Amino acid sequence: MTSTPTTSAASAAGDSLGREAWRRLRQNKAAMTSLWLLGAITLACVAGPWLTPWGLADVDWNAFGVAPTLDGGHWLGTDANGRDLLTRTLHGGRVSLSVAVVATLVSLVIGVLYGAVAGYLGGRVDNLMMRFVDILYSLPFMFLVILLMVVFGRNILLIYAAIGAVEWLDMARIVRGQTLALKRREFIEAAHALGVRDRKIVTRHLIPNAIGPVIVYVTLTVPKVILLESFLSFLGLGVQEPLTSWGVLISEGTDMMQTAPWMLLVPSVFLALTLFCLNFLGDGLRDALDPKTR
Amino acid sequence: MSQPLLEVDELCVDFALPQGTVPAVKRISYRIEAGETLALVGESGSGKSVSSTAAMGLLPDLARTRGAIRFEGEDLLAAAPKRLRRLRGNDIAMIFQEPMTSLNPLHRIGRQIAEVLERHRGLRGRAARPRVQELLEQVGIPEPARRIDSYPHELSGGQRQRVMIAMALACEPKLLIADEPTTALDVTVQAQILALLKDLQRRYGMAILFITHDLGIVRHFADRVCVMRQGELVESGETAALFAAPQHDYTRMLIDAEPRGRKTAVAEDAPLLLEARDLRVSFALKKRLFRPNAYFEAVRGIDLSIRRGQTVGIVGESGSGKSTLGRALLRLLDSRGDIRFDDAALDGLDASAMRPLRSRMQVVFQDPFGSLSPRMTVGEIVGEGLRVHAPELGHRERDIRVQEALRDVALDPAMRHRYPHEFSGGQRQRIAIARALVLKPEFLLLDEPTSALDRSVQATVIELLRDLQRRHGLTYLFISHDLAVVRALADTVLVMKQGEIVERGDTETLFQAPREAYTRELMRAAFLDDDAA
Repeated sequence: MTSTPTTSAASAAGDSLGREAWRRLRQNKAAMTSLWLLGAITLACVAGPWLTPWGLADVDWNAFGVAPTLDGGHWLGTDANGRDLLTRTLHGGRVSLSVAVVATLVSLVIGVLYGAVAGYLGGRVDNLMMRFVDILYSLPFMFLVILLMVVFGRNILLIYAAIGAVEWLDMARIVRGQTLALKRREFIEAAHALGVRDRKIVTRHLIPNAIGPVIVYVTLTVPKVILLESFLSFLGLGVQEPLTSWGVLISEGTDMMQTAPWMLLVPSVFLALTLFCLNFLGDGLRDALDPKTR
Repeated sequence: MSQPLLEVDELCVDFALPQGTVPAVKRISYRIEAGETLALVGESGSGKSVSSTAAMGLLPDLARTRGAIRFEGEDLLAAAPKRLRRLRGNDIAMIFQEPMTSLNPLHRIGRQIAEVLERHRGLRGRAARPRVQELLEQVGIPEPARRIDSYPHELSGGQRQRVMIAMALACEPKLLIADEPTTALDVTVQAQILALLKDLQRRYGMAILFITHDLGIVRHFADRVCVMRQGELVESGETAALFAAPQHDYTRMLIDAEPRGRKTAVAEDAPLLLEARDLRVSFALKKRLFRPNAYFEAVRGIDLSIRRGQTVGIVGESGSGKSTLGRALLRLLDSRGDIRFDDAALDGLDASAMRPLRSRMQVVFQDPFGSLSPRMTVGEIVGEGLRVHAPELGHRERDIRVQEALRDVALDPAMRHRYPHEFSGGQRQRIAIARALVLKPEFLLLDEPTSALDRSVQATVIELLRDLQRRHGLTYLFISHDLAVVRALADTVLVMKQGEIVERGDTETLFQAPREAYTRELMRAAFLDDDAA
């Protein structure tokens, strides 16, 4: 009984899982770089549009479809209507990132709780809860969006609500599957024997142990949501001119790919960079939250 | 000098892991002559399986080998993969520990056996069928003509292991490598499989390399024994000689690790702590709408009473309902019948009414890897019960109680900030015991607490349990399939079969003079009556 694996000074001090995870995340170079980059992109999208000399809808009558240049003020060029592409991309980032964050949070909170509860309670309750999910699944997404539009009128909040309402379904299924496997483990039974309340078993034992697949799925949800928003906007159901988003900018850029490639490249680089960072960060988080990878 | 069938010569295997090179096997040498049985014995992590895996060319890519393994003079480590594929299954065959997972669940067993014949004998389709049927008959599968078209899930664990043996025998190999072939099986099935292997060995004249952690089996099965520890060969010799006069301390320790000592019975008039009358547990097999569900009764009307300070042992094979009984007594499963704990009726109590009692009756499970949440520190795991039952305790006081409990099970309290995966199996089982003890229970359900542990670790855990019982006046219900352990710990034993108690009595009487045939069979299979063998 003498095997004592290596222990770090931090763990000897009795850190919580959160602080411990943060310490491990900091050792992961790719994840930390991604975190900084994501932070920079977010900051640029939030603060940038106020700092650039052009407004979202300002038309520069001297510069229609100008390529990126350092002089003349349009560092990343203009679009076919003479609007500054940098300003528009940063503005678009606000919409895309906020949709991504809100919809992902909704899917995370509702999906994880719903799935964990359904899987944990099992039996008839599980059956009812999952059939409800199936019913929501079977509703055509576009139909749902149009319905919301008709009832509430055009509003960007509606897009958040609609996407969030659909995205948590997948998450609920994934977490339920994990929970079904986990709840047969003996540590859950031990918790029962200790008299731990159901609510605590779900939050303290089940959800932390299902976190790996959840994080991976979240990193997949974000790009999905951003693209879904652009699809809605493309159909005229999402954000409207002069407001824009990365998805809208990319679809506009695709039309002009032959004559003005920067119109495609600029928003695409922003989007791709964000998604790359999210993937690395997601991997890093998953490893950092798993005590085994220390 | 005649050439041995298999010769392992100064074999070294290192695993090149990212953290550095870890030696798995350090310069070991042994040889097997045609037709003999050599046993490689060692505890988990001793490297006992590595040399045979190397001989089969199945080591992971990370492994670096030196030395030689010669099969009929040909060096297998230097052989090309193609040559090895020709040897595998043909001249050298292997059977594995886990019969539940080593067959492909999607194919009929006949086809899986025929695959070997197809590969090495060129027998296809219908041509292979008579041979497959013959093989199934030889390994003692009832009704081979019908079973040939069964899927693995239709067979029991013992039958699946027989199918694995049939696959291994298909090409009449010269060497059979059996890697813990009976560890996952019940004792009575284990005895049948060993007898079958012995019989087939005689018939085919093949050599067997038998890898196991269980010295008890080796004694009755092997001609020669090699004892391994931490990658080194510490001792080898003829079986009888080695058991009679073990030279190395480690071998002696392994032989002595058979649990010893007896429990002294408690006074006849000790107060009853736990009592059950006509306890029944049934599971719904198939949920049907509009029609009554089909039920399987796992526990069929059991009466049981446990006095304070007693250790009641329950023995039985897998599926006998012994674990179900234990869980029902703690109200972790729904059951019918009366359960009384310290004169309070438990049956019919709901979760919140049960909660105050939970701190007085605790449980330790079999699997030390599954019973601790991997994402909580040891301190959190042990302290969780206190959060439920003593919420008035502050952070500091709880920490002090956790440290006490860890010291109680002979663990360093400084370890409470680590995660379970950093501990060995024995240490984890101690953590699980600490989790139960922190609440100062009166009654402890021990559900196979030593089954997943190595023999030497098992002995220390048994010693710990005994010591804790003395110090805290605990009452145990000890569930196990291991008769030797039960004999050492319990003062009363119940033998269960198919949800019913077939025999009960105080430990010594029952082990000395079992009345029922089933009990006798269990004991014979466990090699407890050494003189008879």
